[in-house]
Amino acid sequence: MSPRQLSRTAANTPPIYLDNQSTTRIDPRVLEAMLPYLTDDYGNPHSSSHAYGRNAAAAIEQARREIAALIHADPREIVFTSGATEANNLAIKGAAHFARTYSQSGHSRGHIIALQTEHKCVLESCKELEREGFSVTYMPVEPSGLVSLAALEAAISARTLLVSVMAAHNEIGVIQPLAEIGALCRSNGVLFHSDAAQAFGKIPLDVEAMKIDLLSISGHKIYGPKGIGALYVQRRPRVRLLPLIDGGGQERGLRSGTLPTPLCVGLGRAAAIAGEEMAEEAERLRRLSDGLLRNLARRLSGLRLNGDAERRLTGSLNLTLSGIPAQALIEACPSIAISTGSACTSASVEPSYVLRALGLSDELANASIRLGLGRFTTAAEVEFAADALAAAASGLTGRDGTPT
Amino acid sequence: MHTGRETYLDWNATAPLRPEAAAAVSEALASWGNPSSVHRRGRVARRIIERAREEIAGLLGGVDPRGVVFVSGGTEANNLALLGTDRERVLVSAVEHDSVRQVLPTAETIPVDRDGVVALDALDRLLAADPRPALVSVMFANNETGVIQPVGEIASLARRYGALFHCDAVQAAGRLALDTGAIGADLISLSAHKLGGPPAVGALVVTGDLDLASLLRGGGQERGRRAGTENVPGIAGFAAAAKAAVEEIAAYDRVRVLRASLEAEIAVAAPEAVIYGTGVMRLPNTSAIAMPGVAAETQVIALDLDGVMVSAGAACSSGKVGPSHVLAAMGVDAALAASTIRVSLGGSSSETDIAHFLHAWTALRRRHRGFSERARAA
Repeated sequence: MSPRQLSRTAANTPPIYLDNQSTTRIDPRVLEAMLPYLTDDYGNPHSSSHAYGRNAAAAIEQARREIAALIHADPREIVFTSGATEANNLAIKGAAHFARTYSQSGHSRGHIIALQTEHKCVLESCKELEREGFSVTYMPVEPSGLVSLAALEAAISARTLLVSVMAAHNEIGVIQPLAEIGALCRSNGVLFHSDAAQAFGKIPLDVEAMKIDLLSISGHKIYGPKGIGALYVQRRPRVRLLPLIDGGGQERGLRSGTLPTPLCVGLGRAAAIAGEEMAEEAERLRRLSDGLLRNLARRLSGLRLNGDAERRLTGSLNLTLSGIPAQALIEACPSIAISTGSACTSASVEPSYVLRALGLSDELANASIRLGLGRFTTAAEVEFAADALAAAASGLTGRDGTPT
Repeated sequence: MHTGRETYLDWNATAPLRPEAAAAVSEALASWGNPSSVHRRGRVARRIIERAREEIAGLLGGVDPRGVVFVSGGTEANNLALLGTDRERVLVSAVEHDSVRQVLPTAETIPVDRDGVVALDALDRLLAADPRPALVSVMFANNETGVIQPVGEIASLARRYGALFHCDAVQAAGRLALDTGAIGADLISLSAHKLGGPPAVGALVVTGDLDLASLLRGGGQERGRRAGTENVPGIAGFAAAAKAAVEEIAAYDRVRVLRASLEAEIAVAAPEAVIYGTGVMRLPNTSAIAMPGVAAETQVIALDLDGVMVSAGAACSSGKVGPSHVLAAMGVDAALAASTIRVSLGGSSSETDIAHFLHAWTALRRRHRGFSERARAA
């Protein structure tokens, strides 16, 4: 392919989007479901006394059922939030604050365990709790990115309140052994929270079988709207939380504020579609990303895949191109939208703390890119992206593929 | 009798989405990037948010747009104001929304007079009695009665004692021309869906130099004051609604006239009816009306059957039973409070809407009076 063909940078051509971990394009079917509730059915769902309000409330309950069905939960266990960041904050701080407020003296569980590779909003919630006097263990992970169950078991003590482990990772895509972690937590009387922002709708999740007490969900990661997420809060036995946002008493007192009907409906529809298409879509993405990986590995020497090669989300690739600074590579590929890692920190020049936790040096971490294929990614786009990346990489390393 | 006509007079609960806001939401849904991403898609989303900040600043008569912190709505804005400022004392008026009143169990209450207006002398005494750094939280206008507070004077008092002033302007924004300088608040809460924007978006506006501890921790969005991927379409819709609200603020002169005719008709038709706050400044759109002897829930359901949508107080609590804390704080007799409904108009309310309401309301009153008289005669 000639350089001319590769220059897809004209302003009217949108770049090929391979950053689906950061956010996803809203599915037209989701949008279609939402639109009536934006314009015609605008009632406040809490105005139960009139018809507009009741229609809105019924649509929200339908969405709650669709979300619950995807994780084998009861609809009453789904609490709508403004997104996964809020869900994670509510799960961790809400459980900790409840334990501190209502425990009998002397029996307080004040210890929390989170992986070093958790999302910033989990780590920052933990740090806030540390400042309040809780103790937190930030568990190292294996070089594969997976948790060591033996190490986790050793870290759990009689004081441990909660373990937080991301279901599928936003940067490296690894899927943790949720059922094993759940069993370990349950047998020790410890709450198990899982940030499933990336996993929900992409891999089968069963809160009952996996013994998950709290599970965070995001809308915009699954082709749904931004501004909406949910927290699954187990009812039997009941997991107790203190709310973060109070007043008004919506969501059984766990989350006050007027519920956004169109966004709840959008999340419900997005969940339903993801559930229907999960197996087929996962397989399609596996073929595409395996092909992309093989293609790049053939053309770029020293390419390495970060995170476990088997236990990961199909469609998610984190690659180190030794000797090629990721920032330079991304700048050399304006025709594809990719990132170095989490969008929250992608403007930062610091090497990824996730890759550092896997044992990568700063230099290797800074030579790593994240590719995220999604529902709207086509085989042709993947081909194009492989060519563009290979061409840019060889431009940065010299014709023969060795670093200059 | 239900004519098939639907009349929406519950604008204080939520307002219909303005067409400009609907267009902005749709457009922003199409440019769906994550504003924190460095690539082009991310930058497009980022620009939408930064432009929106300027429109929201315009809603308040122009403040520094950097002080606008986007949140998930008025409730979160109020929570963030009270919790994020981390003051040792928090004083809230007795008529605040639950999202202010219920956030801190240790909050002290500022009493109001019989019209629902904050008692300035009581606030002065409260502030003078305890030198610890305080936050005073008083809403611009009440959601149940529409009564407007003397915010400028409250701001001066707060400043005199070194206290911060937070003003929940959720119901006032877009219905009154607001001027941050005149409000004098350090923090102002706004909600999009009350002024014709989409639900689940709002802002806490910080007017000066003020450290705000984030309620939600994480990715450092909103200058570290509110983590979480921004609700870009919601923010775009909020901005478009704010712009339209400012441009169409004159519509509320017409709304004020409509409300005056509504209240005049009620006074003529039902001398026993009580309308709250008529002697003081109120929002132009809100009327809290008591029909003595008829439970508010009964009224709301009967009006709904006739196609007229109103509420029995704040929407968030309208599914629950319990007296209005606002009317209780004003010293309203519990039985009278329990027979009070809230009628709230909006920019597109018409004379036909008012006629429809009056027809249904007076018919309901007649049925109940007839029933009472028959009961007495029997």
